[in-house]
Amino acid sequence: MDAVVHNAKHHPIQEMDTTTDSRDYLGHARRDAESKGYDDWLIVDIDAHHVESVSWSEVTSYIEDPVVRHQAMMYQKERIGAPPYGLNGDLGLRYQDVGGRIPHQSSQREKIEEIDVHRDVVLTRRAMHGLALDYMVLFPTPMLFLGMHPQTDMEVFLCNAYNRWLTERIVPGEPGIVSLAVLPFNTPDEALKTVEKMATVDGVIGFCVTSTRYKPVHSNEYMKLYRTIEETGKPIAFHAGYHWQDPSLATCNTFLGMHALGFAWCNIVHMTNWILNGIPERFPQLKSLWVESGLSWVPFLMQRLDDQYLMRQSEAPLLKRMPSEYMAKNCWYPCQPMEKSNIKGVECTFEMINAHSQLLYASDWPHFDFDTPSVIYDLPFLDEKAKRNILGLNAARLFGLNENGP
Amino acid sequence: MEPVRVGAVDEFGDRTKRVVFIGHEEIGVFRLGDEFFAWRNKCPHQGGPVCQGRLYQLVRENLDADMKSHGRVYDDEKLNIVCPWHGLEFDIRTGQHPGTSDLALEPATVQVQAGEIYVLL
Repeated sequence: MDAVVHNAKHHPIQEMDTTTDSRDYLGHARRDAESKGYDDWLIVDIDAHHVESVSWSEVTSYIEDPVVRHQAMMYQKERIGAPPYGLNGDLGLRYQDVGGRIPHQSSQREKIEEIDVHRDVVLTRRAMHGLALDYMVLFPTPMLFLGMHPQTDMEVFLCNAYNRWLTERIVPGEPGIVSLAVLPFNTPDEALKTVEKMATVDGVIGFCVTSTRYKPVHSNEYMKLYRTIEETGKPIAFHAGYHWQDPSLATCNTFLGMHALGFAWCNIVHMTNWILNGIPERFPQLKSLWVESGLSWVPFLMQRLDDQYLMRQSEAPLLKRMPSEYMAKNCWYPCQPMEKSNIKGVECTFEMINAHSQLLYASDWPHFDFDTPSVIYDLPFLDEKAKRNILGLNAARLFGLNENGP
Repeated sequence: MEPVRVGAVDEFGDRTKRVVFIGHEEIGVFRLGDEFFAWRNKCPHQGGPVCQGRLYQLVRENLDADMKSHGRVYDDEKLNIVCPWHGLEFDIRTGQHPGTSDLALEPATVQVQAGEIYVLL
């Protein structure tokens, strides 16, 4: 050590926590984006989240029913220690942060200095900057459980209130923020009204059904809804979730096991009913997305349904092709979370789902299993055209977004 | 390979860390007992800022002689750095993920001389 010795510079952020600015939290992603030249790429994040319950007093003020709205506002004002008004779900069973190991999943208490726009706009902007996104589709979080609400009316009240709040308070704050109107799917007539009301609202590029629910998607009561959505030209997305109270998942003693299965299971069930009941044949122009279940379930289900279908075609007489063909041509898949422990398996999956046209990038930020665009960019078997399609151009074509950005 | 001074030994408490810049490289320096370890601040999973995460003891399953589980316990001997992006854990001593040999942190050379800690890249 006889040479001239330099001192290392201390990193200004020694430990990331719930107060760390999202731009710092995602600093490595930003640098990665700059080194890869993402500014020249259209990157569309099909599934990111905000925590709408942080703004729940605002959201509930948009409830149309005057009695329920008043009840909600009084509850929000005076109840202490209670969960947000009207929300059901898993209450204290939310272990996504793995006991504090993943602080951004716990909460985002970073400093917000901007006062010209809503806090959620600022947080979303910061995430978009970090991930180098042109568009981000913003989904709610606790509301993903509304399909299990014991009061179907409450799903209607809260979905409609949220849709209005989001499109009036959040979406206008940043050109790249877009949304899928959340449908109160357990009440088909109301879901239809929501589509009719929201289809032409600025920033609404499609419709969302939260998948955690026991209503069969092929029920006749949904046909008018699907026809109407098809006529809008906008896609319908089934956003997965978990439900630990599901009797089979209740046998899982870990969040890991329950979450791994639950997020795939609900979409496996809905997709099975969707395909075998010939929804793609009844509504050939209806585009469906299957969100946040990862991808590995898709080749499993394709092979499983194909195998059984050949022996029992009489139970699915609407089908004119193999189930896997509908799944690869009529359905789209956001990639998150990218299960990539077996790269040959990933390549096979991409081939089976026609990834060059059907696969979309999704971050799921700020959740614990979020993905940066590098999960696609770094794949060794994709050429640049395929990467550009998956990271943005497929989404632009599907949702009618500007390929040059907002 | 030029040594860069990170700090004095007595500036580090047991089971603490310091994240520094050496040029454009980010390095995490960790103290465990009388030993020091240095790892690059880039998670092998998705490139996250692993050294800027929290320190957690390794978790073990508490099995009895009949292979019955009695829950989980912390291992006082093993300390992990946890990537704040996705929660991947890595042993401070070895840099290895406790659940797979396929994932490990990239090391940097750390030396202690005359009460000072140096990192060499």
